[in-house]
Amino acid sequence: MLFKTKTFEDAPVVLSIEDLTVRLSGNTTAKPVLDKISFQIRAGETVCLVGESGSGKSVTSLAAMGLLPKGALEVSGGRILLGETNLLDLNASQMRDKRAKSLSMVFQEPMTALNPVMRVGEQIEEVLDTHSRVSKREKKQRVLDIMEQVHLPDVERVYRSYPHQLSGGQRQRIMIAMALILEPQLLIADEPTTALDVTTQRQILALIAELQEKHGTAVLFITHDMGVVAEIADTVQVMNHGILVERAPVETLLRSPQEDYTKRLLRAVPSLVPRQERTDKPPKGGPALSVRDLDKAYGSSGWLVNRAPTQAAKDVNFDIPMGRTLGIVGESGSGKSTVARCIMRLIDPSDGSIKVAGAEIAKLTRSEMRPYRKHIQIVFQDPFRSLNPRWTVGQSLIEGPLNLGQDKTSAMKRARELMELVGLPEDAVDRYPHQFSGGQRQRIAIARAIAMEPDVLVADEAVSALDVSVQDQVLKLLDELQKKLGIAILFITHDLRVAAQICDEVVVMQKGRVVEHGKAASVLGAPKHSYTRALIEAAPGRSWDFANFKELPTVAA
Amino acid sequence: MLGYILKRLLAVVPVITFVAIFVFLLLRLTPGDPAAILAGDAATPAQLEKIRTSLGLNDPLLVQFGTWIGQLFRGDLGISLISNIPVSDMVGQRIWPTINIALMTIILSVLLAVPMGVIAAWKHRTWADYAVMSFSVLGFSVPVFVIGYIFIQVFSIELRWLPVQGYTPPTEDFGKFLSKAILPCLTLATIYVALIARMTRASMLEVLGEDYVRTARAKGVSETLVLFRHALRNAAVPILTIIGTGFALLISGVVVTESVFNIPGIGRLTVDAILARDYPVIQAMILLTSAIYVFINLMIDVAYSIIDPRIRY
Repeated sequence: MLFKTKTFEDAPVVLSIEDLTVRLSGNTTAKPVLDKISFQIRAGETVCLVGESGSGKSVTSLAAMGLLPKGALEVSGGRILLGETNLLDLNASQMRDKRAKSLSMVFQEPMTALNPVMRVGEQIEEVLDTHSRVSKREKKQRVLDIMEQVHLPDVERVYRSYPHQLSGGQRQRIMIAMALILEPQLLIADEPTTALDVTTQRQILALIAELQEKHGTAVLFITHDMGVVAEIADTVQVMNHGILVERAPVETLLRSPQEDYTKRLLRAVPSLVPRQERTDKPPKGGPALSVRDLDKAYGSSGWLVNRAPTQAAKDVNFDIPMGRTLGIVGESGSGKSTVARCIMRLIDPSDGSIKVAGAEIAKLTRSEMRPYRKHIQIVFQDPFRSLNPRWTVGQSLIEGPLNLGQDKTSAMKRARELMELVGLPEDAVDRYPHQFSGGQRQRIAIARAIAMEPDVLVADEAVSALDVSVQDQVLKLLDELQKKLGIAILFITHDLRVAAQICDEVVVMQKGRVVEHGKAASVLGAPKHSYTRALIEAAPGRSWDFANFKELPTVAA
Repeated sequence: MLGYILKRLLAVVPVITFVAIFVFLLLRLTPGDPAAILAGDAATPAQLEKIRTSLGLNDPLLVQFGTWIGQLFRGDLGISLISNIPVSDMVGQRIWPTINIALMTIILSVLLAVPMGVIAAWKHRTWADYAVMSFSVLGFSVPVFVIGYIFIQVFSIELRWLPVQGYTPPTEDFGKFLSKAILPCLTLATIYVALIARMTRASMLEVLGEDYVRTARAKGVSETLVLFRHALRNAAVPILTIIGTGFALLISGVVVTESVFNIPGIGRLTVDAILARDYPVIQAMILLTSAIYVFINLMIDVAYSIIDPRIRY
C-alpha cells in the first residue's frame, strides 16, 4: 500500500478551527454536539475526517460553511479562522461572499444536490453571477472550461442538460466544477463518493486529487470509508460523539492507532479476503431457491411507442441451498435489484423460472402468489423508511403472521421472542421505530422478515446504509440466524468487502447479465472476468488489512 | 410537446361525450314539465300538447338527443324556452363578465398569496408565519357574501372610493371596469388567497429542506434568489394545481358574488335557468363549464411539463 507521505509544515495554514463548540439551539444543558474541536488544514493538504454517524463530522463542515440548520444548531464558542478572518464574526452577506469564492463544498448525494429544474450549465454560471461581473460570453467560456477540467464529455451538450439527464458520476463532476470554478482555498467534501459506484468513485477521487494538485487547494474530506481514507488522506482525524479522538498522518494512524475507539473502528472494516469456506454439508433436499433463465425486459412496444426493450436482466441462473448465502454484486444498473424484485414477485419477470422450496412462482398471479409469500421475505436498504412510523414495532411484526391466519396473542408472543433473537429487549415491541437507531431498526426489519419463517431471505443492500461497526453486528446477526434457522440468504450488495464476509457463492452482474458465478473465494480471490477484476481493483484500500493494522500478505490480482 | 397536447385533446372527446349524454338524460328524466312552465297555470291540455310538439319534447329520447348533438356541432345551442333568445347569444353576453372577473381575481390572488406563502415558509415559526396562517384561517371561515357587504359598506358607502355595484366591460372603459371590478375581485380573492398562501407555504417548507437549496446557499446565492429562483419553481406544481382548480371554480361558481355586486355573469344565468327549468340553457351551461374544466386541466398539465423538465409525457 502506497500512502501519501508529503509533509505540509512549510505550507501556509488555510483553515484553523479553535475550540469550536456547537450546541442544540436553546438548550445549554444538553451535551454539546461538537465539544471544543481544534485542528488546522494547510494549503495542498488533504485532511480526512472520519467517524460514524452522529460523530459530528458533518456538523463541523456545515459550521465552517455557516450553513448550520437555523433554529436547530448554533455555534456557542470557539473560532473558525480562514486565513486571518474569523468566519464566525462575519454577517450573513459577508459570509455569502466567502462561499464558493474562498471555501466551497461538495455534498454526498449528487442526485439531490443539484436543482432538478435548472440546466446544469446555468447552475454553474450562477456561481459566477453571484461573485463576479463578467460578460455573457466570457461566463459561458469559463463554465465550459471548468467542465472540461472535470473531464465531462461533450461539454456543450452537458451544459444544456438537466440533472436527471446525467449519470451520478457526471452530476458529481458538475458539483465539483461548481465548487472549484472560483478556485477557493478550501474545498470541503462531505462523503462525495459514498453514493457512487466503486469505479466512478475511483474516477472522482482521482479528479479531486488532480484539481487539488493543480490549484493547491486544501481539502477537508469527510468520509466513513476507511478504504477511501487509505487512498487519499495526508492526515486523518477520528471523531466520536463530537470529540476529536485522534489525529495522525495516514500511515501512522492505520499502522499504529493509539486510541481504543480508532482501533475498534478499524477492526470493524470488513476484509476483502473472503471468509473461510464452510465445511459442513448443506442439509439434504433440493435448493431453497432456484432461478433458471430469468429475463426481465422493460418498455417493449405499446400502441403509440415502438422502441427496443431494455433488458434489465437476461439469462440469470443460480441455486441457493438451505443454510447458504449467495451474493449478487454489481454496480448500479447491473440488474441485481431487478433480479431480487423478480424473485420477490414485486415485479413480474418476462420469462424464466423461479422455484422457492420446490414450488414454481414465476408465473403466479398476484392472488395465487399470496400463500407463497411466507416462504420468501425481504429486508430493504433503508431502515429509516422501511418501517411504518405510525405503527409500533409489534404491529409491524405481527401483520404478516395475522394475514396468514395466526391468532393475535400467539403472534405477539412470537414477536417478543423474535426481539430477543435479534438482540433487542422484548419490550421493544411496544415502541415506535423512531425510538431506535439505524442498526436497531435494521434488526427489527430482519425480525419482521423472520417472523414469517421464510425459507429464503432476500437482503437488498441491507447493511449499506449502516456504519461499519453496526454493519459488522448486523452481518454477524444474519450469520447466526442462518445457523439457527437454516434459511437461505440472497444478499444483494455493491460492496465487495461485505460480500466477501457473508457469501458462500458470488454472482457478478453487469448490464443485466451474469458475467461470473462461483465460490466466493474463487470469484473474489482469483477473478476470471475482466469486469470482476476491474471491480476489485477499484475497491479503495484493497491491499491494506485494516483490522490487523498491516499490509495484506498477498494482493489479489 | 405538440404531440402531447394533441394526444390530450383527443382524450377530451370521450370526456365531453360522456358529459353530454349524462347532462341530456339527467335533465329529461327530472320531474317537472317544461311545457307546463312555459304555458303558465291556466293552460289547457291541448295548449300544452301544442307547445310540446313545437319544441320536439314528444319525440323519442334518442331522436331528441340526435337533434341536439347535431345542433351542437353547428354551434347552435338551441333557443331558450323562457326568453326565446338563442342560447349561444345569452351565454355569449354573460360569459365575458365572468371570465374577466375570474381572471382578475386569480391574478390578484396569486400576486398576494404566493409572496405571503413564501415569506411564511421562509420565516417559519415567527410572527410573519403566524400572521399569514391566521389570515388564511379567517379567509376560509368568513362567508363570501359577508366579506362582500363589509367591503361595500367600508369602501363604497363610508369612504365613497368605489361604486357600490355594477359592471362595465373593459373594452368599453378600462378605468371604469377596474373601479367596479376591484371589490368583487377582492371579495372572491379572500378565500383563494387563503388557499394558495397555505399551499405555497406547505410546498415551500418541504422544498426549503432539500439538498439543492443547501447547495444554492453554499454557492453564496442571496436569500431572495434562493427562495424565488431555486425553491419556488420546485414548489410550483401543487401551487399551480390549486390555482388552476380555483380558476375553474371561479368561472362556474360565483353566483353569490355576482348577486351581491349585480354583475351580469353566467353564475346568475345558470341559477335562473335551473329555477325556470330552461333546458337548453342548463345544458349549454353544464357543457360549457365542463369544457372549461377540461381545458384548464390541460393547461395545468402543459404548465407542469414546462416548469419541471422531468415531467415528460
